[in-house]
Amino acid sequence: MKRNLLFLLGVVVITAVLLLIGVPVYTMHILVQVLLWGAICSGWTLLGRFGITSMGHGAFVGIGAYGVVLLWNHLGITPWLGVPIAAAAAMLLAFAVGYPCFKLRVVGRNFSLVTMAMAVVVQLTIIAARDVTGGSLGLTPKAQTSAPLLALQFPNKNVAFLFALGFWLVVLWVMTRLNASMTSLSLAASAEQEDAAEAIGINVAREKLKVLLLSAAVTAVGGALLGQYLMYINPETLSGSPVSLQILYASIAGGMYTVLGPTIGSGLTLALTESLRVLFGTRFIGAANTIYGLMLILFVIFMPQGIWGTILSKLQGRTSRRARSLL
Amino acid sequence: MLKITGLSKHFGSFVAVNQVSFEVEQGEILGLIGPNGSGKSTIFNVVAGLYKPTAGSILFQGKEIGGLPAHQICHLGIGRTFQIPRPFSKLSILENVVAAAFFGSSPRPGAKAARDRALEVLSLVGLDSVADDSIDVLGAAGLKKLELAKALATQPKLLLADEPLGGLDAEEMVQAADLLARIREEMGITIVWVEHIMGVLMRVVDRVVVLDHGEKIFEGSPAACVQDPQVTECYLGHAHGARREAVPTASH
Repeated sequence: MKRNLLFLLGVVVITAVLLLIGVPVYTMHILVQVLLWGAICSGWTLLGRFGITSMGHGAFVGIGAYGVVLLWNHLGITPWLGVPIAAAAAMLLAFAVGYPCFKLRVVGRNFSLVTMAMAVVVQLTIIAARDVTGGSLGLTPKAQTSAPLLALQFPNKNVAFLFALGFWLVVLWVMTRLNASMTSLSLAASAEQEDAAEAIGINVAREKLKVLLLSAAVTAVGGALLGQYLMYINPETLSGSPVSLQILYASIAGGMYTVLGPTIGSGLTLALTESLRVLFGTRFIGAANTIYGLMLILFVIFMPQGIWGTILSKLQGRTSRRARSLL
Repeated sequence: MLKITGLSKHFGSFVAVNQVSFEVEQGEILGLIGPNGSGKSTIFNVVAGLYKPTAGSILFQGKEIGGLPAHQICHLGIGRTFQIPRPFSKLSILENVVAAAFFGSSPRPGAKAARDRALEVLSLVGLDSVADDSIDVLGAAGLKKLELAKALATQPKLLLADEPLGGLDAEEMVQAADLLARIREEMGITIVWVEHIMGVLMRVVDRVVVLDHGEKIFEGSPAACVQDPQVTECYLGHAHGARREAVPTASH
């Protein structure tokens, strides 16, 4: 608890300093994205750390981003309402896919394949409904210039940063609460011994579903905020398989068994994408994905705990797979 | 307490359990024995909800439980151990038992109460000194004790113990048998005890049910059991073939 407060104090101080000295707009732009993707990846690890590897969280990101913009552009429903509605829609999809999977014990690679298909279906649906969604050309939320905050739009990067930071902190808090909970104990138990977990009274399907719904909601809100911040959403960059895989890369590279790992992983992948873009411009388009793929292979083989997980276990001389501290 | 009537379990065309009926009385220790492959563990797994019965009825305290999911059967008051221990290797020894104490009974206790109950059960089985260790420190006997502790932490009224002596040496077997007797005495838990070796079991159980090839071939006292020609034949094989003619209703 004390460590959590210390961490929070540190974050507040750093934020205050950043805002006071005035960070370049480009740096702020990167920071906002790192925080939002970090929150999305953290949402993925809620489930991923128990060996339930969803390869379809891009679907929830897409539902979050598109849900909010569609409700705003077509029906005039403010994103302040749109965000919870989109999150509920993502949870509904998570339930429709997760309930039969967990009841019928679809686990391991089969669950990964089912979720991967889910992401593809969502992406293709967005592309197919081009009259409403703009298809593969993407969509821009109608700008609300007089009072942008009423439409959850952030022309001011500092305001966007504060929103992203707030959301990220809430997600970390949810993560630590879940880690310390009995639900976490039950999922760690059933990850390897489902029959034995049932035998001591754990309703394995229900516990998994609870965490999947939470994870979907977090991811959808992250997707919605990302769309609102970028002011442009596209089925390639905010839904579907590429996004699902990007979430996986970042979480694994950073360290999915730690609280800060997914965020650190997001920072690394964004830094990689950006530096490739700056260095090579458009000559090397798609290189980032190739490098991600290579990274994923190397990490899974040589550093399954990810960068942050490895550093922590070196520092603390332990290899806890259920990190309980905030770090 | 537990009434099994005409229970059958088929796996495809293989009949693992065929029309077995027996009852378990409140407060007794019932031995369920038979050679390997006689259907003992299958009956356990059906009663505990791991498999759905093909036919027959299972009444627990007057309620039909056949086909209910395992976690519900646990909540109704049936605890079970697995023949090959199934510890949760990512959790500490204490966490293994805390999970059982928390999720095992309905309504659920608080986290603190679950921890207290887990510590209590660990000291009963003699694992309290290693509570915070990883399960790697446990040998065969220790894993059997942990298995028992998990089942007891769910506060069962009926305990299904699947080969609690398997893999233990002679001294450990006596200790484990004494522990089961104590569980019945001190906690008032009814026990069904599956074993394929008779030795130690016979000294502790009140009654025995003997299975062979998925069918019940004997039910009665331990003393009568060792005298029964059909039981000796299934255990000792056809070397005792001379006795076979004395058993007109041989099951095979």
